[in-house]
Amino acid sequence: MKENECILEMRNITKTFPGVKALDKVNFEVKKGEVHALVGENGAGKSTLMKVLSGIHSPSEGEIIYQGKKVEFAGPLDAKAKGVVLIHQELSLVDEMTVAENIFLGDLPRNKFGFIDWKGLNKRSKELLERLECEFEPTELVGRLSIARQQMVEIARGLTQDVNIVVFDEPTASLTQEEEKVLFENINRLREQGTAIVYISHRLNEIFQISDRITVLRDGEMTGLLNTAETNECELTSLMIGRDLEDHLDFEKRGRDEIGKEVLKVEGLSKDGLFNDISFSIHEGEVLGLSGLVGAGRSELAETIFGVRKADSGKIFLEGDEIKVGDANKSVDLGIGFVPENRKEQGLILGRSVLDNLSLAKIRNLNRYGFIKGREEKLIYQDYQDKLDIKTPSSKQQVKNLSGGNQQKVIMAKWLCINPKLLILDEPTVGIDVGTKAEIHKLIRKLAAAGIAVLVISSEMPEVMGVSDRILTMYHGEITGEFYAEEATEEKLIKGITGIEAGACKVG
Amino acid sequence: MKSKTGIMKVKDNFDIWDFVQKNSIWLIFVICIVFFSIMTPNFLRVRNITNIFLQSSFIGIMSIGMTYLMIDGNFDLSMGSIMALSAVLVIGFMDYGIPVAVLLSLLAGSAIGALNGLFVTKAGINAFIVTLGSMLGVRGLVYIYTGERALVSSELAFSEISAASVGPIPLPVLIFLIMLILGELVLRYTSHGRGCYAIGGNYEAAVNAGIKVDKHIIINFILAGFTAALAGILMASRMNAATPTLGMEDHMIVITAVVLGGTKLDGGFGNLIRTLGGVLVIGMIRNGMNLLNVHSYVNMLIMGLILISVVYMDQKFDPLEE
Amino acid sequence: MGSSVKTESNLKDSSSKKINFAEIIKRHGILFVFLLMIIGISLRTDSFLTQNNMLLVLRQVSVKGIIACGMTYMLIGGEFDLSVGSLVSLTAVLVIDFHDILGPFAAIIIAILAGISVGAFNGFLVGFLKLNSLIVTFGMLFVIQALTLLYTGGQYVSVSNQGATWFSIIGRGFIFGIPIPVIIFGIILIIFGVVLSKTVYGRYLYSVGGNPIASKFSGIPKTYITFSTFIITGLTAAIGGIILGSRLMSAQNYLGQGYEFDIITAVVLGGTSLFGGSGSIPKTLIGVLILGFLSNGFIMMGFPYYVQWVVQWAILIGAVWMDVASKRGKILA
Repeated sequence: MKENECILEMRNITKTFPGVKALDKVNFEVKKGEVHALVGENGAGKSTLMKVLSGIHSPSEGEIIYQGKKVEFAGPLDAKAKGVVLIHQELSLVDEMTVAENIFLGDLPRNKFGFIDWKGLNKRSKELLERLECEFEPTELVGRLSIARQQMVEIARGLTQDVNIVVFDEPTASLTQEEEKVLFENINRLREQGTAIVYISHRLNEIFQISDRITVLRDGEMTGLLNTAETNECELTSLMIGRDLEDHLDFEKRGRDEIGKEVLKVEGLSKDGLFNDISFSIHEGEVLGLSGLVGAGRSELAETIFGVRKADSGKIFLEGDEIKVGDANKSVDLGIGFVPENRKEQGLILGRSVLDNLSLAKIRNLNRYGFIKGREEKLIYQDYQDKLDIKTPSSKQQVKNLSGGNQQKVIMAKWLCINPKLLILDEPTVGIDVGTKAEIHKLIRKLAAAGIAVLVISSEMPEVMGVSDRILTMYHGEITGEFYAEEATEEKLIKGITGIEAGACKVG
Repeated sequence: MKSKTGIMKVKDNFDIWDFVQKNSIWLIFVICIVFFSIMTPNFLRVRNITNIFLQSSFIGIMSIGMTYLMIDGNFDLSMGSIMALSAVLVIGFMDYGIPVAVLLSLLAGSAIGALNGLFVTKAGINAFIVTLGSMLGVRGLVYIYTGERALVSSELAFSEISAASVGPIPLPVLIFLIMLILGELVLRYTSHGRGCYAIGGNYEAAVNAGIKVDKHIIINFILAGFTAALAGILMASRMNAATPTLGMEDHMIVITAVVLGGTKLDGGFGNLIRTLGGVLVIGMIRNGMNLLNVHSYVNMLIMGLILISVVYMDQKFDPLEE
Repeated sequence: MGSSVKTESNLKDSSSKKINFAEIIKRHGILFVFLLMIIGISLRTDSFLTQNNMLLVLRQVSVKGIIACGMTYMLIGGEFDLSVGSLVSLTAVLVIDFHDILGPFAAIIIAILAGISVGAFNGFLVGFLKLNSLIVTFGMLFVIQALTLLYTGGQYVSVSNQGATWFSIIGRGFIFGIPIPVIIFGIILIIFGVVLSKTVYGRYLYSVGGNPIASKFSGIPKTYITFSTFIITGLTAAIGGIILGSRLMSAQNYLGQGYEFDIITAVVLGGTSLFGGSGSIPKTLIGVLILGFLSNGFIMMGFPYYVQWVVQWAILIGAVWMDVASKRGKILA
């Protein structure tokens, strides 16, 4: 077989879900013996593309060519049988069982009496582990292994049949550096054996360490196919999160000297493994952008400030008074609102009505002796439905039947109606149509103009630059830079969020 | 999702704490023996020990089925009722001969188990609710069949089944131990056994690996029904009669014995040898309390408290991410 | 209601003009079942549809109905309480036993405190320690039963001089021809119904059961809400125990045995979901009435009480199956 033979080609893949275009004419190919990285931020479509590959989703348009033939796998099991192994971030292993059992799970070798052939099982497993140069025994319990080794078990499982392609989905998310090294050695070994590797990650340093080529996705579109040797982290980041400035994002910003009084002050906030010694403040009428890649600790920081997480150390002050960290109930009383990243899981009670969701935070102040003031609730509902232009057939409609954009507006309204002093928005426009996105951006500026301190977390560069008066960059749980709107450039921000020293980066 | 960071351990390092934790049932076992033999002079007599084994064998047989079910992450509250059903059926059908009667009640028990299993897997209803339903429903069937009266058998040969013994070992005990060993072998050496661990340990992984999850779960429900029926038959044979209230609290005792033996409530972990430990400890407590002339109600109190404590320990050593 | 509400409903009407029979049956199917059942039974018996029988049924269901109100809160909040039956026995025994020692008023207070305490303990285990409510309350079922047995020593307890106390009024009395237990049930229905639909607490309950995570992210004190549902259920069980005790003027250990099953069946039958986040008190009332009329009808038709257990088995499975199937949009998993 030739070295540069394409073993897999995905051509013009488009996948639409009701209301969302998850993938838009994406091309992706892998050659034998190469490590092809697939990068992009959350929601860029990496996982969807792999789900299309393994047959969990069938593409709305486009075709998959595997070993020169058009294919459509019936599911991960079918894909595996045909030589395409997917290794997910969440490993599909049974902790309580041995390495060997996990490797042959679902297809344990049996002897002629129908009993499990433990000897044969362990012997065959041993062979596979040796092929991967693993230094652990097939009889060990999987739960006792480090994550890196557990991943090797998952790989070994793939090798029980002939394997042509191994897809690693965010494999290093929970690995220590030492384990990462082991994983990379193993990936290199597979590459040398001629296996094609798809490596999905948003950690740029790894990608440069391991990959030969890189395909970049952004918002379901392919924004680049690069040779790793010919690019750098800045270009890659720019492809991942950069975007042409949209017209509506041309807002008037506050300068260094127009800042109001301090609303929130965070002092030395730390949580082991998530973020470390974070200090900053937000002022009245200011939009503070917090920019960083997924995994930088942005959401965790926001959740801690709001109080759904506890911190190890550090203090939070609201208008000069220290508040107890880790008490969301109190935070709401004090006027902190939080629009979380995951609308359906964290933001909404999907089975309840639009009205119930909208007033969920406000009703604590909208009652007499515990009885909800129905008429006032209705008025507030109408007010905000009108202001935010929430499209719903009725206030009694279950919120799960609304579109993503309207759902997001409901969550925004939920916090706006408590008249917050501080509003935290975590990825407020992910998975939302362009029109609503612009509305939300305008709304953010309007809120600031009304005196609310707004913290916007986003991995979209134009969004952060477009709406913020001031921007903090975050990398590996630490604040790496602070810029006022007039001095912020894409280049400076990318340095901050990739943790690269100044001067080492030039955006093309 | 379980946090995986806590379980990175160096290879070949024998973990004493882990060993003790896993086998704590034997520690409890020894403590029970010491405690009761100090408190009651008759406790360690051969006759009493045989008695403990005999009394435990009925609960023990049912514990086998329950252990299988709990390893795959399920539950059966209806075992006590199934036991009563098979007991009244075996007595009721005695006129057709012992083999027919026994076969019929085993079949009935297995059928109820199969029904439970189908509701859990195919209809997708929580096992707790399904078996809470059949617990009362089957009890209703028992009452309908008996008309609220106890059934008495005149067939002496039937009562000899449980009175028989092989050497010093009473037949029910022998049946229990043989089933226990067979059961443990199946758990260790067959794809059904390993499948149970996989399903309870990581349901998604089991499905992903192509394991026929529903089939294994239904088999285990049938097994639970079967063992309950067997226990019921032996119980009927021992009394040569069957009361409709038989086994009212047995599902509780069985569950307590199994979780005390270390089987995880959410599945994936456990084995029959440790279940044996749990069964014997429960047996000793019941017997010892009896010798101490403590009210039998105290047993129930202890069972309840054990169950709650085990749930607490389970949770504490495997905390949910919150 | 304001004018914009009207336009909203117009919007809805215009979007779905056709009458959707499947939707109606899904929504109100339980009412049809109820009507069919009443017609069926009344065709087969003479005295079923008489006023006396109706009142009798209402009185019979009132105790379970009261506890079902508490259980509705429990299920909406996403938890279970299997220990209510034992708690009924315990509180009934306590109220009877203390009646002769401290007098009826103190006895009632003690029984209520006992119910609240047991509920608080359950609530502590489930709410604060985050233990699985099914298993915890299953264990508590036996713990409470054993405590009751230890307390009574397995004996009946009864009020010695039944003529000399007002206590029996609670269970046996009438106001304007309506049995007092029915009146208490009615009051509790109204209070629970109003609190659930009109208060902040009710909203929080639906939220916590519907999506515990999103509730946390909205600053709702989930732990305390869960804790409170156990106290409320404990309280209703105590009220049930007191009424039962008063009606019988005696009590014993197994008085409330199996109640948890009847009550959960009734609540689920009414259409309250086992997964939390949906349900209502009127629905529970319907569920309770169906079971009550069913059991009454069965007895009138000459079936012994335990036949009903078997029917109830089928009803419980059927009701939950419908709920589960409608959630996933398929009959079979």
